[in-house]
Amino acid sequence: MPEAVAKIGIKIIVNGKTCSLSVEPRQLLVELLRETLDLTGTHVGCDTSYCGACTVLLNGKAVKSCTVFAFQADGGEITTVEGVEKSGNLHPIQKAFGEAYGLQCGYCTPGLMLSTFQLLSKTKDPTEKDLRKAIAGNTCRCTGYQNVLKAMTFAAKAMKESNGHQV
Amino acid sequence: MIMSETQKQKWVGKAVPRKEENRLLRGRGKFADDLKLREMVYLRFVRSPYAHAKIVNIHTSAAEALPGVVAVLTGAEIASQTQPFIEIGPDPCAKIKDYPLAVSKVRYQGEPVAAVVAESAALADDAAELVQVDYEALDPVVDAEDALTDKSILHEEAGTNRIWNGVFEYGDVEQAFKNAAYVVQIKKMHFHRFSSTPLETNVVLAQWDNKDDRIYYWCNNSFPSFAIQFLAAHLGVHIDRIRVETSDIGGSFGIKITSYPQMAVCALASKKAAGRPVKWVETRSEHMTSSAHGNERTFRDTRVALDKNGVITAIASRHIDDCGAYPRYEPLGCVIWSQVFAGVYRFKNARIDFTQAATNKCPVGPNRGYSRMQHLWFLERVVDICAHELKIPADEMRLRNYVRPEEFPYTTPNGCVYDSGNYPKMLEVAKKLIGWDDWKKKQEKARAEGRLIGIGIGTTLDSGTNNFGQSQIVNPGAPFSGNSQGANCKLDIYGEVVVAVGSCPQGQGHETTAAQVVADVLNISPDLITVRTGFDTERNVHTGFSGTYASQFAVSGLSAVHGAAQKLKKEMSRLAAFTLESKEDDVEFGVGQQGPELRANGKSINYWALANIVNVNSAVLPTELHEITLNCRYVWRAPFKVPDKQRKYGNLTLTYASQLHMAVIEVELDTFIPRILDYVAVDDCGTVINPPIVEGQVYGATAHGIGAALMETCVYDAVGNMLTSTFSDYTPITAVNMPKVKYGHIETPSPHSYSGAKGMGEGGAAPIHTISAALQDALFDQGIFIEDSFNNADAIFRAVVGREHGQAANLVKLEKRA
Ligand code: FES
Ligand code: FES
Repeated sequence: MPEAVAKIGIKIIVNGKTCSLSVEPRQLLVELLRETLDLTGTHVGCDTSYCGACTVLLNGKAVKSCTVFAFQADGGEITTVEGVEKSGNLHPIQKAFGEAYGLQCGYCTPGLMLSTFQLLSKTKDPTEKDLRKAIAGNTCRCTGYQNVLKAMTFAAKAMKESNGHQV
Repeated sequence: MIMSETQKQKWVGKAVPRKEENRLLRGRGKFADDLKLREMVYLRFVRSPYAHAKIVNIHTSAAEALPGVVAVLTGAEIASQTQPFIEIGPDPCAKIKDYPLAVSKVRYQGEPVAAVVAESAALADDAAELVQVDYEALDPVVDAEDALTDKSILHEEAGTNRIWNGVFEYGDVEQAFKNAAYVVQIKKMHFHRFSSTPLETNVVLAQWDNKDDRIYYWCNNSFPSFAIQFLAAHLGVHIDRIRVETSDIGGSFGIKITSYPQMAVCALASKKAAGRPVKWVETRSEHMTSSAHGNERTFRDTRVALDKNGVITAIASRHIDDCGAYPRYEPLGCVIWSQVFAGVYRFKNARIDFTQAATNKCPVGPNRGYSRMQHLWFLERVVDICAHELKIPADEMRLRNYVRPEEFPYTTPNGCVYDSGNYPKMLEVAKKLIGWDDWKKKQEKARAEGRLIGIGIGTTLDSGTNNFGQSQIVNPGAPFSGNSQGANCKLDIYGEVVVAVGSCPQGQGHETTAAQVVADVLNISPDLITVRTGFDTERNVHTGFSGTYASQFAVSGLSAVHGAAQKLKKEMSRLAAFTLESKEDDVEFGVGQQGPELRANGKSINYWALANIVNVNSAVLPTELHEITLNCRYVWRAPFKVPDKQRKYGNLTLTYASQLHMAVIEVELDTFIPRILDYVAVDDCGTVINPPIVEGQVYGATAHGIGAALMETCVYDAVGNMLTSTFSDYTPITAVNMPKVKYGHIETPSPHSYSGAKGMGEGGAAPIHTISAALQDALFDQGIFIEDSFNNADAIFRAVVGREHGQAANLVKLEKRA
């Protein structure tokens, strides 16, 4: 019989909003985002750190939120796909995925865009190898990656031209 | 009709941006697991660790006693309230009793035995662990040919593991062998079990509402009209009492067609939980072990007759298909392969003895390229092996055997009609894209250095829009034939154009392509059109065939949309002619200052005003216009006949898209890793509705094929443990394994669809054929024969170094007649 466990109080900033929450120790970050905060743009594909459908930014770094306990995010700042656009204007990465037909069912897309976000915030002129490596941990079952890579190239170009202002 | 229609088209054929993007890019997609309902509870399955065992006892009291547990269900309880699922096959298959939870025995690892419902998902997990099941292990059978010995029987009520058997024979096979200049024999080949597995797993939210006694589903099943037919019979309810809604679906590739057993359990659990909504979200491991896999197939004792020029004149072979523990959608696969009986080739004489066996593995389901890809792979292997034995280059061999461009529409030996195509042209385009002559030179040089480089060709078909009459070939009593799709096109009260379709897309862009079609009919922009996709029984547009499967939307779905739009246009013209005092023929459609409008007689009326008359100002309508509703449902029916069941003869599919892929592969000498050096995909799906969408489908299908050929396989050990139940074990292809694909296309419009389009999307598993061909080319000189469709480094190592399989000398024989 599982024993009742004390909940843990945490404070996190999600998409710019501060949230004080109390979580079960076993609760995963992805569950917190989806179930408690209703941010359903972050998805679950594999439960075991392979597919990256659950990718979010934690303190600017792409993490797989199915593999982070909610309490581990305490004190951290999180960006999910819902927080990527700014006052209704799509981020260049979002636009690029649309323009390049970089998605089909769209289930993997939030994760892929956040992995792209992390790459492009560090690397202005990524090579094809950089692009492929950046999404090595993101599985897409629909696109065969070709238009995803194209989208990443479009995004890199757009962000370079705008001098990274949007990032 | 085709020409005049296509000439006028402004939107069809264009790279119109997808309407779906706005929500999907912003994290606002509505996927099944995103929905929560008041009083919702969570379901978790208790699953069998055994592949084959008797259930002696199920102890549920500890789980039931856990605070927060709402209900526990077992198979015995379900069996007492329901009918077993319909079986599609005749006896002995029809005798099988298939319930959504195992009743007295389990037949594959991961089979659900009980279901626990609790206040939270975590509690349901905890409670499921408290359910204790006592099993008595039975002998498992994991190999289809072993299963056919019936030493250990899965379904005692059927008395055998042989699910289906039939002989498909056409022409004069014996005579062709007598006249042959060469006979090639291939002892055994094997097509492996894999799953094109979607990224989103199965999700069911069900409510058996105790207020109106109806069953509500919000789920991601990809063939809901099929699911409700199974569910209504199983649950013993009027089909209208079941409402199914789907919204965004995170991929299916056919796999989500067979989620109806889980849908049944969720509804029954909701009933037991006094009508509270029950949600089940499948874990990845559950998905890999127990949703559905693709059909595994073994090809035995193949004999091929050829004339002196290497033209194939006859094929005789014995095929054994493995459907896993329960037939479910099977034995439909036992006939579906025959849609492409002859592949892209002209041979007239053939005999295929086809058997399907049940084994203690996950049930199979329609998986992208369903049942045809296995056969097309077989034919491509046959062609390459014969070419090699007769020392004819692989490209030349194909040219000698392809159906010729001037022969279309081409009737195959089993009566299928290939609508259009040009295979030699595709070969030419592919050669140019890959730089064939150049690679041939490089290959020669590399070989001289001892490197293993192969160039492979795969030609394949993606047959779309099924004639369900083929079900009568597997079961003469089956009540299905033809194919249809419904759509509705209306001018809503304020003049909005709203289209509804019976499909449930998973990324194929149906909202966009449907809007393109309607935009052309009404001469407005697709932006002005709202398309409601996702299935909803209550929208009343579906037919018994509605869903998204089997490469058909461009034909069946868009024909229905086109028909509905035409109907609406006609009504709008009549109404405008009345208000504008003109002749119907003089009414023009266009966009004016106030948005979309109709013009005639120097006057105009906008959509709002038209809709207003019919919906809220109807006293002004003369009686002869009362039949106008501006709400037009249209059902498109495919022009099929019931096939001849005895001869197994007739047209089984409406359109035949084709693909030709080419690959250059090097097998690394020290690691045996097969590396793709160059890859080309050429596609022909007739008239293209939206080029980037089609291109995207080609890339996606190519990735699935490359993944399946080199990385993805469902592995079972000798006692039926599934060894690839997580993504880390199954290793779905990633961006670092996926080569750059050079895309080319030709268009041979189909005479069988209104737009000239052919269904596409499954892709015929071209990469699997192509990679096998390239590896074969690389390894023939090592005495290796590619006998399996799955070839990772380990498999190649075991063949080349271990000599464990694929020894050409034992498997392939050439007989030269005088
Ligand atoms: S769900 Fe987190 S990596 Fe797959
Ligand atoms: S678009 Fe469907 S999984 Fe990537």
